[in-house]
Amino acid sequence: MIETGTFKVKAGLAQMLKGGVIMDVTTPEQAKIAEEAGACAVMALERVPADIRASGGIARMADPTIVLRIMEAVTIPVMAKCRIGHFVEAQILESLGVDYIDESEVLSPADDKYHVNKKDFKVPFVCGARNLGEALRRICEGAAMIRTKGEPGTGNVIEAVRHIRQVNDEIRWISNLPVEELMNAAKELQAPYELVLEVARLKALPVVNFAAGGIATPADAALMMQLGCDGIFVGSGIFKSGDPAQRAKAIVAATTYFKDPAVIAEVSRDLGEAMVGINIDTIKPEDRMQDRGW
Amino acid sequence: MAGKRIGILALQGAFIEHENALRKCGASPRQVRTAQELDEIEGLIIPGGESTTIGKLMQAYGLDDKIKARHAEGMPIWGTCAGMILLAKEIAEIEQVHLSLMDISVRRNGFGRQVDSFETELEVEGLGRSRGVFIRAPYVDKVWGEARVLAYHQERIVMVQEGKLLATAFHPELTEDLSIHSYFLEMS
Repeated sequence: MIETGTFKVKAGLAQMLKGGVIMDVTTPEQAKIAEEAGACAVMALERVPADIRASGGIARMADPTIVLRIMEAVTIPVMAKCRIGHFVEAQILESLGVDYIDESEVLSPADDKYHVNKKDFKVPFVCGARNLGEALRRICEGAAMIRTKGEPGTGNVIEAVRHIRQVNDEIRWISNLPVEELMNAAKELQAPYELVLEVARLKALPVVNFAAGGIATPADAALMMQLGCDGIFVGSGIFKSGDPAQRAKAIVAATTYFKDPAVIAEVSRDLGEAMVGINIDTIKPEDRMQDRGW
Repeated sequence: MAGKRIGILALQGAFIEHENALRKCGASPRQVRTAQELDEIEGLIIPGGESTTIGKLMQAYGLDDKIKARHAEGMPIWGTCAGMILLAKEIAEIEQVHLSLMDISVRRNGFGRQVDSFETELEVEGLGRSRGVFIRAPYVDKVWGEARVLAYHQERIVMVQEGKLLATAFHPELTEDLSIHSYFLEMS
């Protein structure tokens, strides 16, 4: 018997992406630059998060033509974003044959209460999380991969650091609790009990966890890897910088050799302008993307 | 075979899964990222991941020539999925960096994109039934020379051995079945 769309093959693709860099691209040309630089996958978008932030308005799923042209341009996996709760955008992306869907807070949410029931799909989903409870709610809905939310489009890594530290703190906390205290922990975390039990047993998330939201330099990527992330998403950080091809290659190398400062130093030399960053406390509350998601 | 020092190429991909499986088999696995680390091992696994990413890093950091040199001295190599692509002498329709060691021609993403990824039962020659997890998997178009087919899925070649080289299109490291890891340890 041949089974497709099983959780094993969904989570399995995320396992194959580990130790790699997934890059936001808006054109087939950018996708080729990303592939040539060693990206393990690309995220097909109409605008990168920094431009979404700058232009305001409602951000939606990309035009299918953009997604399809990027799929034709590269041999590596292609991901695409749908709005939180917009299961029809997800159905469209699945029908196009994308390899992963990001139900993403970078786009404007379509539902103020509910996320997509990701178990309805053969294509796997990745979702953002700021803490363990949020990660486990998304996994319970069917997400096969998690990423930190960070604060997208800022080039400022502080929120991504906060989120991975929060998830790791909470994993350490429940890993040390006696089993009779785990029900109350599940209540406090607002997380499904069965998944809390599984995390306590594994002392880790049951799926791959990447870093995202504010990574702009090779050092940022290596920092997130040393903090325990399985891999890196770079959104605006590459194609909003002075020399995208060189920076992309450097971030790939820093993600592989994250424990080797000499390599990171070497690849960080003469990279040109990084993207212009934004201080988190200058962002108005309604413009904080990380607060989207329930 | 206990304690055998097996390296897993840890440039990108699912290397920790192989490490865990080898440890369960009683071997002494280690992650390999540099040419020097290749000197300290008795066998090498090239894991699943993105073959373009692994190939580029392998070349940029001088591991490709070293892997070929160690293999010429008799070091066994097993490639899963991306690893199988990197071992092949021919890759259909795509130009990319590869080691070009094995007399096989592979077709990348031969079974399709992620929505076509699947699990199934496989019959492996000499080892019996095994669980095959195929993720955006390649298959082997043809083999020649000393290469010997060990498993098929629906008439597609998905496992090949050629002397001290082993290639699987699927991922035994994602299952509980340790038989192929044990087989590789016996080759080493």
